[in-house]
Amino acid sequence: MTEEIIIAGFGGQGVLSMGKILAYSGIMQNQEVSWMPSYGPEMRGGTANVTVILSDERISSPILNQFDTAIILNQQSMDKFEKTVKPGGTLLYDPNGITKHPSRTDIQIYKITAAEAAAQMGSAKTFNMIVLGAFLKLKPLVKMENVEKGLAKSLPARHHKLIPMNMEAITKGAEIVEKV
Amino acid sequence: MVETFDKPEIRTPENLVYSKTKVLTDNVLSYCPGCGHGTTHRLVAEVIEEMGIQNNTIGVAPVGCSVLAYNFFDIDMQQAAHGRAPALATAIKRLLPERFVFTYQGDGDLAAIGTAETIHACNRGENIVIIFVNNGIYGMTGGQMAPTTLPGMPTSTSPYGRDTQIMGNPLKITELVAQLPGTYMVTRQAVHTPAAVRKAKKAIRQAFENQILNKGVSFVEVVSNCNSGWKLPPVKANEWMVNHMFPFYPLGDIKINGEMVK
Amino acid sequence: MKELKLMKGNEAFAEAAIRAGVDGYFGYPITPQSEVLEYLMAQKPYEQTGMVVLQAESEVAAINMVYGGAACGKKVVTSSSSPGISLKMEGISYLAGAELPAVILNVVRGGPGLGTIQPSQSDYFQATKGGGHGDYRLIVLAPASVQEMADFVGLGFDLAFKYRTPVMVLSDGVIGQMMEKVELEPQVTRRTNEEVAAQCPWATTGRPVNGPHRIITSLELDSAKQEIHNHKLQNKYKEIEEQETRFETIGCDDADYLFVAFGSSARICQKAVQIARAKGIKVGLLRPITLFPFPSKAIDSYSKQVKGILTVEMNAGQMVEDVMLAVNGKVKVAHFGRFGGIIPTPDEVVKALETKIIGG
Repeated sequence: MTEEIIIAGFGGQGVLSMGKILAYSGIMQNQEVSWMPSYGPEMRGGTANVTVILSDERISSPILNQFDTAIILNQQSMDKFEKTVKPGGTLLYDPNGITKHPSRTDIQIYKITAAEAAAQMGSAKTFNMIVLGAFLKLKPLVKMENVEKGLAKSLPARHHKLIPMNMEAITKGAEIVEKV
Repeated sequence: MVETFDKPEIRTPENLVYSKTKVLTDNVLSYCPGCGHGTTHRLVAEVIEEMGIQNNTIGVAPVGCSVLAYNFFDIDMQQAAHGRAPALATAIKRLLPERFVFTYQGDGDLAAIGTAETIHACNRGENIVIIFVNNGIYGMTGGQMAPTTLPGMPTSTSPYGRDTQIMGNPLKITELVAQLPGTYMVTRQAVHTPAAVRKAKKAIRQAFENQILNKGVSFVEVVSNCNSGWKLPPVKANEWMVNHMFPFYPLGDIKINGEMVK
Repeated sequence: MKELKLMKGNEAFAEAAIRAGVDGYFGYPITPQSEVLEYLMAQKPYEQTGMVVLQAESEVAAINMVYGGAACGKKVVTSSSSPGISLKMEGISYLAGAELPAVILNVVRGGPGLGTIQPSQSDYFQATKGGGHGDYRLIVLAPASVQEMADFVGLGFDLAFKYRTPVMVLSDGVIGQMMEKVELEPQVTRRTNEEVAAQCPWATTGRPVNGPHRIITSLELDSAKQEIHNHKLQNKYKEIEEQETRFETIGCDDADYLFVAFGSSARICQKAVQIARAKGIKVGLLRPITLFPFPSKAIDSYSKQVKGILTVEMNAGQMVEDVMLAVNGKVKVAHFGRFGGIIPTPDEVVKALETKIIGG
């Protein structure tokens, strides 16, 4: 098994930390992982993306031009990454703020209204975990117990009290993801 | 005919009035006759001997006339890249805090190419001694203009005298570092008369003793001469220093025990 | 007990430095390596191991702090990225001249000048051919994973002290910024001053009571002596070439073609090997781990077996010169590179193999 994923959106949406939690969950499941961010002036408000690879084998290139799954959270990222999904691959996106919806017919497209759900849950910070929940529903690469362990590993101890809320958000994401 | 002065019969312990400090090696100094470096070396070495810290002191030599200082001090020494001595001393003192650490630098090294290292080591309050020999000229490279060359003073790169309109002003870096919170002692001395030598030695001793207090940089400027660069015989060079250098670089304490001297 | 963590390359380097019992880190922020200093400051190793961590006023000051610490026999390290490494070159030349051990990390970004903050390998020449003034070499280690970012701290110091010479870890923005699984060595206790004095009798730790005093300098005004010193350095570099050359091969046994690539380019080439082999092209990868000493003999050993060699570098063609020297015209050698912060894709690499070597 090798899953090559791009997660792309605005800085501040938790794109990088979502990738990190996914990668840590992979480690908890004894997988090989890599997490390669775009870096530079893209701070809060700019665009941010991260390539995450989970694999049973030694990972070759951490940088890719084609992905099994693209998780897309803003329009700029849609413009850039819709075309990078491998034929037969998966595109997961939040329609919030999207003006040009994906149009490819050779891939599986799913949407997750994570921004809306996060607002309902009363914490914008759960946004990225709702998206992660949706992704794990589509691609159950790691067991939920390992996601919880991954969360514990990637969050500083002072934030461990937030783990139940994050797990709840993951469950929520899995519930509301829908095929387009 | 030259009469050699060799009277072994009077070389007896009870007649001993002076001997070279053991902290200076027997290597022949590379300095010009009349230069203040020799005396300044001697004072630093005597202080190290008198404090009993020969085996507990690490010195840093600069680039310039005193680049070979490590051949003259019988202590462990490092030779720094041009201007970087305070950076070396910073690391030495932080890694070996129980050692006495000093830099020995000239004006080109300390106040031109090494200005950043000087200012920042002083501002961080590194617990080191900086001995700064200021003769207003680059001696080793043949008498070029230094950051401390006086207005109107001729050098090989200001042959018609330092025109401050074109070449900028001399830098009073000693007054500058005295303003920084990290300096504990800042003083300006000279070594051209016996009285000045005694005062300078006292200042150097105080600077080394300050390291025990762990309160920041002790900075001792020695205004000196350069008879080769100034193209004056030693006595005339000293007269010129008194008449021209001292008015611009007045001797005396600038900061003592962390307080500015009024 | 080894510990498993998910870390950025820069963080792994910093954590490994703490665990390796490093005595001092002196650095200055620059993208994409600032995490090294940030991580160390956050971990406060000065409270755990007594390691000194200092943000210097410039890269110039930082490398000279390294000189001061190394001359005391201490394990000292600095890190920077390309423009900052250029500033350190004076100090690196002095370290080499004065035969001082130190580890210097360069997380390379694209140049020249201020260039870009994106990854590059365009400092290959600077790292392997001198960079600073004078006839000297650095041992240059090229990590291709976060694990190697951690491992090369310890290896770097072993080599630096064994040969009394500075070691450069030549990484890049990909390896510095990416996170991977890393197995960390257990904490090593820092050497005591007595241990340092015993292991490094040359170090300026305070003059021995019975003398002689120790001098650390790169200056020798007597040309005859300076020539002898240069011969000594050259003999040391020759010994390093004989003893310390390191490389890795992947899929080379049956290869008709060979990629030669280091660092993150080698990772991209691993994927390119998979893609090419799926298309029926038998290509292997030789990854130099030491860039100096360069694995010339290993590369030359493939010159009879393969029909062509493609070097893949994130630069305009630097290591390719060493590959050409290694095979000395016996086999076709070409270079494929992207630069200015652009990272080649595995597909591009396969295409370059097809056009420049197979069809070229």
